[in-house]
Amino acid sequence: MKFAIVEFPGSNCDHDAYYAAKHVLGQQAEFIWHKDTDLHGADVVVLPGGFSYGDYLRTGAIARFSPIMTRVREFADAGGPVIGICNGFQVLLEAGLLEGALLSNRRLKFLCQHVHVRVEQTDTPFTCGAAVGQVLKLPIAHGEGNYYAAPETVAAIEANRQVLFRYCAADGAVSDAANPNGSLAAIAGVCNAARNVVGLMPHPERACESVLGSADGRVVLESAVAALTV
Amino acid sequence: MKTKVFVTLKPSVFDPQGKTIVDALRSMGYTAVQDVRQGKYFELDVEAGSTDEARSMVAEVAEKLLANPVIESYRVEVDDERSQESGVRRQETA
Repeated sequence: MKFAIVEFPGSNCDHDAYYAAKHVLGQQAEFIWHKDTDLHGADVVVLPGGFSYGDYLRTGAIARFSPIMTRVREFADAGGPVIGICNGFQVLLEAGLLEGALLSNRRLKFLCQHVHVRVEQTDTPFTCGAAVGQVLKLPIAHGEGNYYAAPETVAAIEANRQVLFRYCAADGAVSDAANPNGSLAAIAGVCNAARNVVGLMPHPERACESVLGSADGRVVLESAVAALTV
Repeated sequence: MKTKVFVTLKPSVFDPQGKTIVDALRSMGYTAVQDVRQGKYFELDVEAGSTDEARSMVAEVAEKLLANPVIESYRVEVDDERSQESGVRRQETA
């Protein structure tokens, strides 16, 4: 199966995603320039991390109008699996493909560290290989990762089980101390109502081999492979 | 035609930058400053046949791109050349 890695000007985790898909998982992978208007027959679309358009205006605000986003929206509407990682998550939120917004981290610092997240739901193409409650050690690297949505939106996504990942301690306990950026309800990742579009701030693609400090992220990408080969 | 757009975080959204600024002001001795909310200001020079046309186009731009309605509100001002001299400005708020 084939992963499309969308490259915006300023993306910088595109090669990490490509490497994880192609060399760790042994799948096909192709970079797709943001001005392209075709996904080249991809089975999975990855919007990678980085600083698209220099984070000008708001993170992801300009990238969402890139030509390729029209195809990404069509692909998502048709049920295709789409994952946005870090800046890719910000792009999906700005595009309205996911609900909510990401604000500056509560203490304003750019955070570059490993965190733990708890898998909350497994009926999505990016979590189906994990177990509910499984704790993943993943890196974060962001200045704007503080998830926010209006209270009624948070209530709705909780009720619909759209929260997929929550920041937690190593033992899986959710607490304010284990929440690095102030995200509401410790939300680290969500999906859309149809469950095929997923966004998260931590970087699973940068945690696919133990030599990198953790291989826990591999399950996220392997889930997509498993979901599509069933 | 000169137009202005002011984008601010909704009151319900925490503004860590504004909080940092107010803390700095307090430490400088400006204890009278109760709160600071940081926002963004845009000047758009647009071609339009009327102030109404300019206002509605700029409001559309603000809605689509300049502000994120999930977290922000915006206000549009159009400087009408005739009314500018008398200091009158027409506003649109959303």
